[in-house]
Amino acid sequence: MIHLEPRGQPPRWLSPLLTVAAVVVALVIGAVVLALVGGDPLKSYLHIVDAAFGDIGVLSDTLVKATPLILTGLACALAFRMRLWNIGAEGQFLLGAWGASFVVLGLGLPEGTPAIVLIPAMMLAGALAGAIWGFIPGILRARLGVNEIITTLMLNYVALAWVQFWVFGPWSEGGFQQTATFPREAWLPRLTDFGKDIPLFSGLTTHVGLVFALIATAVGWVVVSRTRWGYEMRLMGDNAAAARYAGIDIRRYIVVIFAISGALAGLAGMSEVAGSVHRLQDRISPGYGFTAIIIAYLAHLGPWRVVVASILFGALILAGREIQPSGVPAMIQGIILFCLIVADVFTRYRVVAGRRAAAAA
Amino acid sequence: MTATEPSAPRTGSLPLALEARGIVKAFPGVLANDHVDFDLRPGEVHALLGENGAGKSTLMNVLAGLYRPDEGAIRVDGREVEFRSPRDAIAAGIGMVHQHFTLVPSQTVAENALLGLDRPRFRLDLKHTEAQVAGLARDVRLHVDPRARIWQLSVGEQQRVEIIKLLVQGARVLILDEPTAVLAPQEIADLFATLRSMVATGTSVVFISHKLGEVLSIADRITVMRGGLVTAAGIAPEGVTRADLARLMVGRPVLEQLKRIEVEPGRLVLKVDEVHADSDRGVPALRGASLEVHAGEIVGIAAVAGNGQSELAHVITGLRSCTGRVTIDGRDVAGRPAREAIAAGVGHVPEDRAGVGSAPNLSLVDNLILRAFRRPPLARGPMLDDGAARDKAEGLREAYAISAPTIDAPVRILSGGNLQRLILAREIDSAPKVLIAVQPTRGLDVGAIEGVHQLLLDLRAKGTGILLISEELEELLALADRVLVMYEGRVTANFDSPTGGDVEAIGLQMTGGDA
Repeated sequence: MIHLEPRGQPPRWLSPLLTVAAVVVALVIGAVVLALVGGDPLKSYLHIVDAAFGDIGVLSDTLVKATPLILTGLACALAFRMRLWNIGAEGQFLLGAWGASFVVLGLGLPEGTPAIVLIPAMMLAGALAGAIWGFIPGILRARLGVNEIITTLMLNYVALAWVQFWVFGPWSEGGFQQTATFPREAWLPRLTDFGKDIPLFSGLTTHVGLVFALIATAVGWVVVSRTRWGYEMRLMGDNAAAARYAGIDIRRYIVVIFAISGALAGLAGMSEVAGSVHRLQDRISPGYGFTAIIIAYLAHLGPWRVVVASILFGALILAGREIQPSGVPAMIQGIILFCLIVADVFTRYRVVAGRRAAAAA
Repeated sequence: MTATEPSAPRTGSLPLALEARGIVKAFPGVLANDHVDFDLRPGEVHALLGENGAGKSTLMNVLAGLYRPDEGAIRVDGREVEFRSPRDAIAAGIGMVHQHFTLVPSQTVAENALLGLDRPRFRLDLKHTEAQVAGLARDVRLHVDPRARIWQLSVGEQQRVEIIKLLVQGARVLILDEPTAVLAPQEIADLFATLRSMVATGTSVVFISHKLGEVLSIADRITVMRGGLVTAAGIAPEGVTRADLARLMVGRPVLEQLKRIEVEPGRLVLKVDEVHADSDRGVPALRGASLEVHAGEIVGIAAVAGNGQSELAHVITGLRSCTGRVTIDGRDVAGRPAREAIAAGVGHVPEDRAGVGSAPNLSLVDNLILRAFRRPPLARGPMLDDGAARDKAEGLREAYAISAPTIDAPVRILSGGNLQRLILAREIDSAPKVLIAVQPTRGLDVGAIEGVHQLLLDLRAKGTGILLISEELEELLALADRVLVMYEGRVTANFDSPTGGDVEAIGLQMTGGDA
């Protein structure tokens, strides 16, 4: 007979090893599926790698896709550390994109307002809109004990409907479900903008949003690993009763963390409209906020690992453009998540074959 | 201690409803049952008396199939049985009502009664069960509406549902684990009436308690346990006084080698004045409690579980809102956040070490800096100095002999005694003006207990006022300069420099005085 037995203290190397193993197993399963439907797995995988990392052009595109994923991934990882299940990064992202657009389209700023004013205003508005979208489930959870999984999930749909209202209605460009292209002052600088001076950069769309994401990652890392807030979050994440006993105001923390989480996702939305799309559309996100959940898990909630996981998933999204009909990258994403969840079981339990010797104790 | 009271004479014809012989059950670090014998006759209420940790619940969990004994035999109606699960026990007619109920709140009484039944396998005949429940209500005074939903019922009614559930499943032996702990006085009277009519119909009841008065009023026979041993087996209640039972329960104080110096009590460090507070269930738990603790003094609180002592600890440490005044070293902290009580100088060794006093998956370092992290040298503005934190953890680990592989190990791997040393180390290191220590030695083995006691005495010698809340009278006698008795949310008695001779008087006050 085979059964599971809790591990005492799992060795340090176990968790990363299992994560890598989970990804490998997922790729093997994906390969089997590809082979079954008559594809050539090796060729498909090589194609994905080539489509995502093959030359500096696609590498730049991969980083463009990874940028919103890093920020939303951080948003999820931050909340998950406190066992706050914010699965509303998608909605917070959309609100952030809307907030940034509002600065451009809704404030009536004079034409030719310089970027130095516009960009910070858009960042602030995007982060603020996302923060409000995070604050709502946060305050409901903290004050009334409302389940945040339900509220954050539902608010995603509200956010989408809100964006749709604006792009179909007031901000519609000639009846299309998108706004007019933003003025150049509202665009985040891209590498290609420096193409005249540095020829290597011409055509590369990687934008300053990536810098925001990396700064947020660095700040996040310092906060969780080097500050008293990080310690308090660790404490709350492991045992809320102990945190209360330590004199920490948990309810206030829940609200603040939700707001910061929302602000990060909102900043991702801002970075996407201002850096990549340059207009607001209702289809602005191919599910960044949901992919962020997988990324946060894959990264074991570590800020720098979020960056690595985001690049991997950015590559998968990009490759999806190349081999879209077969839906291979989407399938691999799903299988990776599945394998990660299974791997998590093995971090906490060991498999024991034989008689149930330890069960009686 | 061995059996000091004569066993009641054996009855003749009927076989024993339940019989346990030589039960041994060990947990890591503690021998919970050491060759325990217990028997239950058909149609009797047999009380099992003992302090917390005496091994009562362990024995009953063995009989109800929850634990498998390391050694020993169980016989039901004279036949030897082996229980692999509570299901086997209930099939043999033995059911246990635990302190924490196992009902589905959103379902009705009848639906709950059906849970766990093998039959009907497929078709649900709720009408039949409802009729059965109504029949029980009539026959054994278990009044409860079969169609009521559990969440609508009072705690007393929910307890009745638990009993009904077992009777519907065919239990003929009921084990009730401290059934009165959660009940109001009138509900206790109702429960006793029910138990009386049940035994009249041939059901047998094991009644676990540590309330002497109740035991004497309901039991046909009494067995007393202490430290995993039976100290009185099946004695009849006639002619037995509360004092006798208290002595059997508490026993002689164990002689510890404690170093205790004379300390002249100093200034007032804790004053609790007319404090009222509700329990988690929303019923009044503190009803005008008042007490004082001076520097360099250990004040013991003796009380039976559920008389407000847990809430008292929470109120003082800011974990529960209250009305009235709680003054720590001159600062009123009543109803203020926990952080203010901590800043005023309160330390807290909580009742629930793993659930409240520590973060199980975090390292020794993280757990040891839980008090110190807000102040320099650990805090540097918003930053936390990792090196200083590790130094502190390493220092405390050595000074308090906390046995762990490294300071990075998660504290969940520590033994109970080591975890308690960790918590004490941390609290003592924060140099509290007052330390609230709740059940600081519960579940620890003898060596660990002595270590904890010495730490508390050393802290007292340094001038900290200590409020020691314990259900172990022996511990209070060994440590406390004064013992206060709490009963129903108030401090009802004060014993200055108590000795072994006061045990009976204290025990009497704990169970409600002479009433």
